[in-house]
Amino acid sequence: MNAEFFTISLLNGVSYGLLLFMLSSGLTLIFSMMGVLNFAHTSFYMLGAYFAYTLSGLVGFWPALVLAPLAIGTLGALFERYSLRRVHKFGHVPELLVTFGLSYLILELVQLVWGRSTVPYGLPTQLQGPLFTIFGTQFPKSRSFIMLVALLMLISVWLLLTRTRIGLVIQAALKHPEMVQALGHNVPRVFMLVFGGGCALAGLAGVIGGNTYITEPAMAGSVGSIIFVVVVVGGMGSLAGAFLASLIIGLVQTFAVAIDYSLATALQGMGIGVSPETFGWPVLKLTLSQVAPILPYLFLVLILIFRPRGLLGTRED
Amino acid sequence: MNFAIKTVAASVLLASAGGAFSQSGETVKIAWLDPLSGLMAAVGTNQLKSWQFMAEEFNKKNAAGVKYEIIGIDNKLSPQETTSALRSAMDQGARYVVQGNGSGPALAIMDALEKHNARNPGKEVLFLNYAAVDPDLTNSKCSYWHFRLDADTSMKMEALTTYMKDQKEIKKVYLINQNYSHGHQVSKYAKEMLKRKRPDVEIVGDDLSPLAQVRDFSPYIAKIKQSGADTVITGNWGSDLALLIKAANDAGLNNVNFYTYYGAVTGSPTAMGAGAAGRVYMVAYAHANLPGEINRIVVDYKKKFNDDMYTDAIYNGFAMLSDAFVKAKSTDPVKVAKVMEGMKFKGFNGEVEMRKTDHQLQQGLFITKWEKAGGKYPIDAENTGYTFVPVKYYEPYVASTPTSCDMKRPS
Repeated sequence: MNAEFFTISLLNGVSYGLLLFMLSSGLTLIFSMMGVLNFAHTSFYMLGAYFAYTLSGLVGFWPALVLAPLAIGTLGALFERYSLRRVHKFGHVPELLVTFGLSYLILELVQLVWGRSTVPYGLPTQLQGPLFTIFGTQFPKSRSFIMLVALLMLISVWLLLTRTRIGLVIQAALKHPEMVQALGHNVPRVFMLVFGGGCALAGLAGVIGGNTYITEPAMAGSVGSIIFVVVVVGGMGSLAGAFLASLIIGLVQTFAVAIDYSLATALQGMGIGVSPETFGWPVLKLTLSQVAPILPYLFLVLILIFRPRGLLGTRED
Repeated sequence: MNFAIKTVAASVLLASAGGAFSQSGETVKIAWLDPLSGLMAAVGTNQLKSWQFMAEEFNKKNAAGVKYEIIGIDNKLSPQETTSALRSAMDQGARYVVQGNGSGPALAIMDALEKHNARNPGKEVLFLNYAAVDPDLTNSKCSYWHFRLDADTSMKMEALTTYMKDQKEIKKVYLINQNYSHGHQVSKYAKEMLKRKRPDVEIVGDDLSPLAQVRDFSPYIAKIKQSGADTVITGNWGSDLALLIKAANDAGLNNVNFYTYYGAVTGSPTAMGAGAAGRVYMVAYAHANLPGEINRIVVDYKKKFNDDMYTDAIYNGFAMLSDAFVKAKSTDPVKVAKVMEGMKFKGFNGEVEMRKTDHQLQQGLFITKWEKAGGKYPIDAENTGYTFVPVKYYEPYVASTPTSCDMKRPS
């Protein structure tokens, strides 16, 4: 591996990691504040992409970048107010099930409204083309934009939670909801805001993820499992943990693709003869690049065994 | 005068003979078993519409005078679901089934029909495979009740490598495929045939990525660039092809050509757009701008659904059945199967032959290139303004591959 390849892969890994972070931050936020594991989170990501596709046809991409997340946030808040709050009193399992059901509902609605095939949601002209060229490989503006938005999002969410009055109320409502209620704050409304906010973040990720990758009904399902890995590895409810885990997973996946070593080559390197006749050859011959996409799940299992609270998690249960 | 009377008499005789065909006026139920949900829903939906649309076309006029009816059943792309879908199709009275997405479900149908047809004489069911391309289906696992209308992986690779043989600028080839049977076959045949036809070409990479899991192909693109490849061969389809080409566009991988199997399938044209013009090739039995009757069908389909009709094999399916009904004077699958073996008929692209030894349709193949639509090739793909323009046509014998099928025919 030379410097050129290393740099490109590093950039690819970091930008993919940051997109993962945008996706998972809302999920981890909702979980830490409300204890709700929102299975429909990636559906809001998908809705964000589709809303932005329709809106950018009407008002252009840049207004859509603001309007689509706001619309998604409103939808999320309404869902919390009229559905989630009602099932909340029955416990965690009904909450889980209702978000699970919502994800199916959104998927079918999207297919009814926008069809089953890919929609032509393209990049605006300002984001097309390369930002810079390094060692002859272009680094696209769209990916740089994802990185920028993700970083801005991290900073603003962090500032909001730690430096503003509403942030303090949210944090207080998380730990001592009865006390906060007694002090005259409307705790259910705080929860509604948090849920809407989390959904809006997923919507924002959809707006810029949808045109960087592709906008299709399968897009929610394809990131659904990986963001749960991010949230669990980072530590349930830890924003910093989610950030760290996203970057690690982005980098691991990117670099693993580049490595064509397998167990067989490793054994041969140690002087042990392995051939297609050896027991377990189909497993031994698998190269690291072939298994790259399942590495995050392996990582998830290892974390759950050795550090169940996650990298930066605080919950000791 | 005498002559005129004779002519009239002859035509009256012919006409009444035509009317006397026993199958005329019958309704032929065809069960379509392919995905309508999940990852491949978009492709499946397009193809079901294509089958229904084509059935309407053939109902207007066909030599056999039969009426076709399509029963669409979702098989969720799973072999398990396919067998229960097949059961339900047979319960609804279908004696013909068609399927195309995935060789796994295709094999499940073949297995089930072998058993069903042996155990239920008089209720036999025929299988027309319009897109499952695993060569095994017409070789080691061939079945009398299976007829394939698409060209299999080895035939397409034969045509593709014959074209590549003459492209002297190809020096280093990179293979990237999906990690399941189809991807493995593409990789295997590419290596075999390139070695035979262009021993000087170096294979600089042979990657397998998981099916429909990868969101971000940029690491693979970095790897392709690193390998110094000038050509990529890929059997990827759906989002795996769309995202691969999109990542290549983004990274500015301009000096690498992509040789694909499924560039025209739902989703990929939109992702390729103008950025991939001139760099993506496809091998297929058809292209969007074929002349003749198929052209009108493609145009009407687009008008009606605002979608592309790219599964031209469906036309051949109906043409073959209609001809076979006339020859067999019946719609009974047993008699029809007998006449379809080795039958020559007029497809959308001239005469084609259903090879008797393995039931693989022998047809010409096109090498096409992604370019701006217009001039002789006005019909574009997914309203992108671009289309696959033919650069080379290979007659059926060029792409024909031998078979090891040992067909067991019912006695």
